[in-house]
Amino acid sequence: MSRESIIEVENLTKRFGRFTANDNLTFEVREGEVFGFLGANGAGKTTALRILCGLSKPTSGTVRIAGLDASHHPDRIKKVIGYMCQRFALYEDLTVFENIQLYGGIYGLTPREIRSRSDELLDKLSITDLRNRLIRSVPLGWRQKLAFSIAVLHRPKIVFLDEPTGGVDPIARRQFWDLIYDAARSGMTVFVTTHYMDEAEYCDRVCILSGGRIEALGRPEDLKTTCQVDTMDEVFIRIARKDQT
Amino acid sequence: MRTILVLIRKEFIQIRRNRIMIPAMIVAPLVQMFVLVFAANMNMRDIDFHIHDQDGSTESKQLIAKYLSSPFYSYGGQVFTEQEGEELLRRDQTDMIMTIPPAFGEQLINREPVAVQFLINGINSAAAVLTASYSQSILLDFNQELITNYLRISGQSAPGRIDVSYLHWYNPELDFKIFMVPGILVILVMLVGWLLMSLNVVREKELGTIEQLNVTPIRKHQFIIGKLIPFWILGMIELGIGLTLGRLVFHVPILGSFGLLIGFTALYLLTVLGFGLLIAALSETQQQVMFVNFFFVLVFILMSGVFTPIESMPDWAHWVNLINPLAYYMRVIRMILLKGSGFMDVWQDFASMALFGIIMITLAVRSYKKRS
Repeated sequence: MSRESIIEVENLTKRFGRFTANDNLTFEVREGEVFGFLGANGAGKTTALRILCGLSKPTSGTVRIAGLDASHHPDRIKKVIGYMCQRFALYEDLTVFENIQLYGGIYGLTPREIRSRSDELLDKLSITDLRNRLIRSVPLGWRQKLAFSIAVLHRPKIVFLDEPTGGVDPIARRQFWDLIYDAARSGMTVFVTTHYMDEAEYCDRVCILSGGRIEALGRPEDLKTTCQVDTMDEVFIRIARKDQT
Repeated sequence: MRTILVLIRKEFIQIRRNRIMIPAMIVAPLVQMFVLVFAANMNMRDIDFHIHDQDGSTESKQLIAKYLSSPFYSYGGQVFTEQEGEELLRRDQTDMIMTIPPAFGEQLINREPVAVQFLINGINSAAAVLTASYSQSILLDFNQELITNYLRISGQSAPGRIDVSYLHWYNPELDFKIFMVPGILVILVMLVGWLLMSLNVVREKELGTIEQLNVTPIRKHQFIIGKLIPFWILGMIELGIGLTLGRLVFHVPILGSFGLLIGFTALYLLTVLGFGLLIAALSETQQQVMFVNFFFVLVFILMSGVFTPIESMPDWAHWVNLINPLAYYMRVIRMILLKGSGFMDVWQDFASMALFGIIMITLAVRSYKKRS
């Protein structure tokens, strides 16, 4: 791949008191890639992702997003990224359209743009009839897809997804990944954390974290070959849980 | 600017959708006014008293009759021993025992000094003080009559007597309502501005929606202004509702300038909103925020002078009141409504409130972090 790197992380370390959540991470993500961040609970996935989004400050190390230094231009970076986490971030007491309107407005879209993108989005998810329903009354699977669509409403260069499919059934997960692929096809870079190994198979490249350190990084096929196993599940058990097996 | 408008519209939609908020804003002032104004009345009525009449003479009967005819006392019955009376007090079954010693009448006729004993239930010290002073004034009255009568019998005219009569300015009938209603307005406006606001912000933290906003290009000040303005407007509306009720139901006067009141309320709201934001910024859950709010709000209300005058508080209380926005507003709203004070009378408070507001908002903006 000769594409440019859009996320560059060098020697990133984050400590909370004496606990080291991220230990000297160095990696890069290329433009248009679907990059998976894997690891057991507490491996430091979310911590790193929050630093990349500018929600948290690193203890040391540098982060460059779309060519901008994260510690100097947090506000410029925020215009070109989208973010969605498992914890629900749409307003439950607003309707689907009001949520779209809110986030569209925040990112500076004009009312006309908001209207057209909203129609497009609802049409694509085929939920035009839910337009004026409160989020509270929209089923969970749909809410997650909506949250993703709203997170990319302003067409960011990169979208960060923190365990986006937690608590969703396999079919809805499959549909969710279709959305991710669509976004990637349009040139968007997708940075996703997960602990579902079947999802890891969908990524262009994955990075496996354990105890705050990078244990493996590469294309899923290559990792499987290196470990001489058939599934990402086995790769994960071998790498991430090697201290326990 | 557009971002702020987008945020404000969102808040108002949420407020409108909240089924409790709007009814509560109308019902709360009504209930508070009725409860506090009518129930927290400081005038005493129906002081229950028992009599231990060890004399049983005409004179003692006359004295008792004076108490029976007072509208403030209600006769509870007679006791026949000291122990019986003390027992009643101990069981909180009476407010006062009046003991008339044996030979009361005889000593009076012989013009000897004589004592009457009042045992007053001191559980509620404010009530006890009032009971004591009422009882004393009736006794003095009785005494005065005796003196006048004796003098008349011996052919002399009664000596001149200095009477003290009171004229209460600004609240001539000492109407408790007129004193209380402005106080309740102070509390109401604070509740809307401070409590609702801080709960709202922490709720966004709990739901995680604030995090979603933090990854957007919203600036700190935009977020804060987007929260302040809706609740500032709600606070103003609450003042309007409260003032209207106070005027219609309790006939509270509005002697001073309405504009001045609005202006001062605007600054006061800014300060309490700043407190709300600051506490919300430092808390993670609604539980925490309620607990911390409860602490501050209770102290601020009690020290604000709503029930008891600040002037009678110790020196340190005056220092504490320097950071008590309620104390400033309590003083000024009563001055404006009841006394008709103008800007020149309250300009110092005005300046303090403005400075205080700026400090609180600055602190709130600073404590709100987009990044941890």
